Amino acid sequence: MSEESFDAIIVGAGLAGCVAAYVLAKEGADVLVIERGNYAGSKNMTGGRLYAHSLEKIIPGFAKEAPIERKVTKEKVTFLTDDTGVTLDYHNGRDQTAVEESYTLLRGDFDQWLMGKAEEVGAQFITGIRVEEILTQDGKVIGVKADGDELTAKSVILAEGVNPVLGEQLGMVKRVKSDAMAVGAKELIELPQKVIQDRFNLNDDEGCAWLFAGSPANGLMGGGFIYTNKSSVSLGIVCGLHDIGSSDKTVPQMLEDFKNHAMIKPLIEGGKLIEYSGHVVPEAGIHMVPKLVDDGVLITGDAAGFCLNIGYTVRGMDLAIASGEAAAKAVLAAREKNDFSAQGLSSYQTLLEDSFIMKDLKLYKELPKFMENPRIFNEYPKMVADIMQSMFTVDGTPSQPIRKTLMKHCKEVGYMNLIKDGIKGVTSI
Amino acid sequence: MSEVVNVDVKLGVNKFHVDEGHPHIILKDNPDMNEYRKLVNACPAGLYKLEDDGSIRFDSAGCLECGTCKFLCGETILEKWEYPRGTFGIEYRYG
Ligand SMILES: Cc1cc2nc3c(=O)[nH]c(=O)nc-3n(C[C@H](O)[C@H](O)[C@H](O)COP(=O)(O)OP(=O)(O)OC[C@H]3O[C@@H](n4cnc5c(N)ncnc54)[C@H](O)[C@@H]3O)c2cc1C
Ligand code: SF4
Repeated sequence: MSEESFDAIIVGAGLAGCVAAYVLAKEGADVLVIERGNYAGSKNMTGGRLYAHSLEKIIPGFAKEAPIERKVTKEKVTFLTDDTGVTLDYHNGRDQTAVEESYTLLRGDFDQWLMGKAEEVGAQFITGIRVEEILTQDGKVIGVKADGDELTAKSVILAEGVNPVLGEQLGMVKRVKSDAMAVGAKELIELPQKVIQDRFNLNDDEGCAWLFAGSPANGLMGGGFIYTNKSSVSLGIVCGLHDIGSSDKTVPQMLEDFKNHAMIKPLIEGGKLIEYSGHVVPEAGIHMVPKLVDDGVLITGDAAGFCLNIGYTVRGMDLAIASGEAAAKAVLAAREKNDFSAQGLSSYQTLLEDSFIMKDLKLYKELPKFMENPRIFNEYPKMVADIMQSMFTVDGTPSQPIRKTLMKHCKEVGYMNLIKDGIKGVTSI
Repeated sequence: MSEVVNVDVKLGVNKFHVDEGHPHIILKDNPDMNEYRKLVNACPAGLYKLEDDGSIRFDSAGCLECGTCKFLCGETILEKWEYPRGTFGIEYRYG
């Protein structure tokens, strides 16, 4: 057993882990982060949009020095069927405070930068080492075992991401059913900066966040996304796993068809694929939050289920950052009292309850169930397209009042369904 | 709608450090075929293959370490699922 004993060992140099390390080290705590990849970010992928608020509070003005790609000023949402697309398009030209802003980013660069910030204030990092086991003594976590070495610590923060092998080992995380999970697949497509700006109608550093509901996930729960980076586009799909067995398309095929959709293809024409990535997305929200604290151990970020899937968009990075901060603060409080028991670390739970994390997770409590409704991803996109088609088609037959056209298409889905889903939808958000 | 996707070409642009001789995912001997078919659909790397003669072929090189197969089929198909040893496996340059 090593002589050294850290105040905290953090498993995983994703956003949750790097932020926890930064906050702890800044207050003078002895921190070690262990990451299995060769550098922070080397195992991580995301769709691409960071809501700045949580990091802005920890490192004010971070976006001026961090490797972000673009500031999001254009928002688009499209209802897509195989051969149509109806888009809501919003340009935000208003001044926003730094806390209100959001950025597109790539994790390879971003996580390394964040890790560098934590190192600057004194955190230690080892990369290329996989933690195999959490060490316990009399039911209390006392360290980790990695590459045959045992390292002890007063506390361990598990920031290991969506597949919490170690959290499961400790019995804190119960394996959720696969219907609480989705799979994401993404291509990074390189294009000249000028071409991106022209095609997406962007100035200089402006970026576009574009979400697609409907056909990308082949009628299953999920959707597509496009985020513009400086000189590449992040294009992907997220698809719920609960019904994947009955799909007549594979996930890679869904992505390929999405890319080849007549609406998407011209946007990426001539682009070069430079990376293909995949990752599970936790989807059950508050229903999957595990035991968060125990003697000597805390769980943060995706490992704790802190991720919000609001239909066609996923939000987990700002939650990972804020939960990493909360875990670090709880360890600092425990350090003051020299009590690293579950009781000593319990301020973690309180900090989370008081933050947007638990509040938002509770707010969207019913949403995962609502999203399982196949109408949302099949019939409604088609309904909107049919309405548009009727409105924009002039063929010499006498025109119908718009009200009548609308009612005809609503009837196809069924008024009762519309009302039911409307009520459920509104009460679950 | 469009052509059949060739996932291998996509994986070909990625950077991998394959841990030769140490597969991090091992399938059970006679996996339940209904469960297996789910993985054929879900694995973003297309690593769960069904041959024309109905036999199965799986190779964990090319794995994106996404976790899908573990959550979807866990014990019913997999003998072992762990992350590759430190430094090995996929290395995202962009993410
Ligand atoms: C397709 C897709 C699109 C998304 N889009 C968005 C979006 O646009 N905006 C948004 O906010 N969120 C989005 N998310 C969610 C977001 O990416 C995650 O919530 C976030 O990355 C979680 O961060 P984390 O720090 O908890 O975990 P991760 O970033 O997953 O970090 C975990 C780290 O732990 C390491 N690790 C794991 N096990 C071990 C071990 N045993 N030993 C050593 N190291 C280990 C890993 O290598 C990794 O570095 C998306 C997710 C997906 C999959
Ligand atoms: S972890 Fe993901 S990429 Fe790897 S084999 Fe399983 S499903 Fe495929």
